[in-house]
Amino acid sequence: MVTEQPAFRFEEVTVTVAGAPRPLLDRVDLTVAAGGVTAVVGPSGAGKSTLLRLCNRLDVATAGTVRFRGDDVDDLDPLRLRRRVGMVFQRPTLFPGTVRDNLSVADPGEDVADLGAVLAEAGLDRAFLDRRADDLSGGEAQRACLARTLVTQPEVLLMDEPTSSLDTDGAQLIEATAGRLAAAGVAILWVTHDRAQVRRVADRCVTLHEGRIVSASDDQSKEPGDDVHGSNGAEEAGR
Amino acid sequence: MTASSVSVPETSELVVGVAASVALVALAVALSTWRRLGLGVDILVAVGRAAAQLIVVGGALHLVVDPDAPVAWAWVWVAGMVVFAATVVRRRASEAPGLFRIALLAVGLAAGSGLAVIFGSGTFDMEGRSIVPLAGMIVGNSLGATVVAARRVVEELSDKRLEVEARLALGQPWQVASRPYVRAALRTAMLSQVEQTKAVGLVLLPGAMTGLVLAGVDPVDAVIVQLIVMYLILGSVAITATVVGVGLTRRLFTADHRLVRLERAAT
Repeated sequence: MVTEQPAFRFEEVTVTVAGAPRPLLDRVDLTVAAGGVTAVVGPSGAGKSTLLRLCNRLDVATAGTVRFRGDDVDDLDPLRLRRRVGMVFQRPTLFPGTVRDNLSVADPGEDVADLGAVLAEAGLDRAFLDRRADDLSGGEAQRACLARTLVTQPEVLLMDEPTSSLDTDGAQLIEATAGRLAAAGVAILWVTHDRAQVRRVADRCVTLHEGRIVSASDDQSKEPGDDVHGSNGAEEAGR
Repeated sequence: MTASSVSVPETSELVVGVAASVALVALAVALSTWRRLGLGVDILVAVGRAAAQLIVVGGALHLVVDPDAPVAWAWVWVAGMVVFAATVVRRRASEAPGLFRIALLAVGLAAGSGLAVIFGSGTFDMEGRSIVPLAGMIVGNSLGATVVAARRVVEELSDKRLEVEARLALGQPWQVASRPYVRAALRTAMLSQVEQTKAVGLVLLPGAMTGLVLAGVDPVDAVIVQLIVMYLILGSVAITATVVGVGLTRRLFTADHRLVRLERAAT
């Protein structure tokens, strides 16, 4: 569901941790569009995952404000926020039991027909419902994780390098699902190292380096990082 | 309880017994040297320390269990025991944040409830001679489970951090997200005592019973006392492990349902 409000707005956001030589994020200003796929790229340690984890409050900012649909995330119930803002992690992390057990964790009251539909949405046949989680391949497990996240019917999906451990076919299936979700109005914030993937899936791209935004562009014909502004002033990604 | 043929050894006989047992210590040191285990000094330190501690404790205990001594002294002794146990738990599971207070509560609850059952039921008279040893058995035997519970909770939640955060990211509150991992930790902490209770009498003749039989008490009476002690210990292990598990887990999550960064102890 696309609304007028941007999905997220970062206002002078800084994240520091004790003992680290520099902030994980340093006075980041960023607007994430209400819809479409926004890619976040940058080298390891640039602060990409931290940026994502601020969106569902798995981490909190040391300074500055993160807004979701205009509201300060600090003022929102974190449990409700996390059901509106789903997250798929880098490593497929399924819980012990069957795929059905995993999906039921997200919504114990969901009936089988709905779980099957969610599984299909993530590119898995409903027959997978009774498969044991530890019998799945990496690609199947990641799609089951995606399905588990979709059970909560999130408005925004945070994807933290979801295809980095998958083969080409597995990655393409995840990308296709993301494309369908974005077309259906789910805003997606996608962290990746793969620049070809950015060109395939992203509507816009944000580049981070050492905790700072070095570019934010709507134009995917350019390589991310080409349009370095050289400052950390307010950047926009498809506002 | 009847002590039909009490035959406590004379002091001189006890001294000979200690000297003979020291020969076995010498054997342990010799084995360590022969197999290059590097434990010779540790064994000697442990033996010397145990002797010094027990002599001091024995002297103090002599005053506390004196029938003419006020029973309040025994309770002061128990309180000191609980505080010392909490200190030991904190030291042995230093990776667990804020553990001293939680352990103090856990061990205090276990000792308090155990002694309340014993004295409330009239099984023993409430006097220094019964308060101190019973509290000692409860606190001492639940110490290991308390340490294991604390360490395992930290290990489970740091090893399974990805799973826990995946649950939190689905909107589960920390109480629910942590449940499978805390459950596994508590099972590990309690299992040893459960197995020990199962094996009692078959492969293990426990301390209280052995001591009473050696002191000449009727074996049936000794068995009954031992049963009471075993059940008390089992209950106190469950109490300490649960209180530490739940209390520590609460400290490892923030009020807004985030898992704090955890540091594993060097192993």
